[in-house]
Amino acid sequence: MPGASRISRDANTTLLMAKKERSRQTRRARFLLLLPVLLVIGIFGLFPLSIALVYSFLEPGTYGGVEWVFSTDAYVQFLFERDIFDDTLTFNSAYLQIFGRSFGLAFITMIGTLILGFPVAYFIAARPPEQRNFWLFAITLPFWTNLLIRTYSMLLIVRDEGIVNLLLINMGIINEPLEMLYTDGAVLAGLVYSYLPFMILPIYASLEKFDFSLLEAGHDLYASRVQVFRHIIIPITRPGIVAGCVLVLIPALGAFITPELLGGGKKLMIGNLIALQFGAGRNWPFGSAAALILMALVLISLLISLRVGAAKEGSHG
Amino acid sequence: MAKLSSLFSRSTGSRELRKQPLFTGMSWLVLFMLYAPITVLIVFSFNDNRSVVRWTEFSLRWYSAALENDDIRDAALISIQVAFTATFFATIIATMAALATTRSGQYWGKSASIALINQPLMIPEIVTAIATLSFFSILRHITGVTGIGWLILAHTVFCVPFAYMPIRARLTDMSVTYEAAAADLYASPLQTFRYVTLPLLMPGVVAGAMLAFVVSLDDVIITLLVAGPGETTLPIYILGQIRRGVTPEVNAVSTILIGVTVIMVTLTFFLQRKRK
Repeated sequence: MPGASRISRDANTTLLMAKKERSRQTRRARFLLLLPVLLVIGIFGLFPLSIALVYSFLEPGTYGGVEWVFSTDAYVQFLFERDIFDDTLTFNSAYLQIFGRSFGLAFITMIGTLILGFPVAYFIAARPPEQRNFWLFAITLPFWTNLLIRTYSMLLIVRDEGIVNLLLINMGIINEPLEMLYTDGAVLAGLVYSYLPFMILPIYASLEKFDFSLLEAGHDLYASRVQVFRHIIIPITRPGIVAGCVLVLIPALGAFITPELLGGGKKLMIGNLIALQFGAGRNWPFGSAAALILMALVLISLLISLRVGAAKEGSHG
Repeated sequence: MAKLSSLFSRSTGSRELRKQPLFTGMSWLVLFMLYAPITVLIVFSFNDNRSVVRWTEFSLRWYSAALENDDIRDAALISIQVAFTATFFATIIATMAALATTRSGQYWGKSASIALINQPLMIPEIVTAIATLSFFSILRHITGVTGIGWLILAHTVFCVPFAYMPIRARLTDMSVTYEAAAADLYASPLQTFRYVTLPLLMPGVVAGAMLAFVVSLDDVIITLLVAGPGETTLPIYILGQIRRGVTPEVNAVSTILIGVTVIMVTLTFFLQRKRK
């Protein structure tokens, strides 16, 4: 008997050692599998952001690039204008206005996509499953289509000689073409058009598994339409709405192509301001500083969205 | 009959709740809004006239003009070269990462790794673009290396999360029982991967590769800032032309690009649907 127990103990030890060896192998395999992605995105995706931080504290080079001299001018320039002759600073709100405009446009875009997108997401989720695939495909396809080309197609429509003006003139509603291009309205229409799928898809995802008989239950308990909407549908879709708002707000804040083509370079947004500094503006430090301020805005929006998302669990959990 | 329907009126009312007729109308309107501008662009690429709004006659003249244009051909070749190479590397990297984040249990740093992989999606593209440009300008200066490799590297980085998504989804849906059975039959981990996991995973890999390809092919902002002289991709060429004015030739090139995207995304959609 003692011999048998010794054998089983040996077997146990062997098993344990084999298990340990296997978990060591798993760890090594896992590490090797992760290594390329960590290197590529870590070094060439994440690390460059710290370069931008460093650049924002340097002086601009004459032909682009930077001079390796410490300076906070990039941030000062954001709020003040330095007089060339006596070096005095005067308050200048031009850049603040661009940030304000961008935030305003991005916010209205978010609300616009929500108003247009929510009914669509709800409608798709209430379809029978075989019809859902068609709708999802139809909504997703524009998302993958080139943003530049979609913006260009929008430009073709709102131009002075565009199809909208042509139709209105032919129908005798107007005599002169409406000037729609190069206005805030055109930029807004372009932004909503570009980012609508980002709003629809997450709201749909939050409704996908929703049991619509719950609505009937609410209805049976004499809840009004508004009450059903407020107490059943909104709480269920809340995570989707928050996710959709973030997914629209972030790219809309940093939009470059839409204001470039539909705003005609006069209606600058943050994205154009940044790109300009790395192009004709030749002020890389200022461009880097603007990019970092944009990042800060994005992070603040993300934090707010986390709070709003968490508030829901607090009141319903 | 009227009585009968009034008997059921309550249930009809709740079904109304599910249907929301106003929402139905709005959904079709949104669908129209999403497709009308692109449709106009495509239709007028086949117009036998310089105008992009007045229809005269069907013609392929803008397509033949586009194909004979050397600038467009060069740009297309560069686009394809960059997209293929970036897709190749991004798909391999993403497949490895997907295996590591689905097939090796829970471990420290797993959610951080996933966050890192998705990082390019959470940062506005313009910020990524200028940060990459700044970093590459230093690296170019130090190493003295120039050429299209830098552009391909930048594309690889933002293609990884797009390739990763469908591959990871496929792995999560795949039962581990096949791999466990292979291991029970004394297949080595490498054999299990080669003969069991990879064939089952293939639809996910192909879907991921096609999404990466589309994303690389369509990129404007990062390419605009990072590309060196002579590295004009098709979208950058189109942007330059649009800035100069509207021509049907641009419509033709755009339609070709849209066509490639639609074909690839449709294939991806069906590849991902099959698994159900």
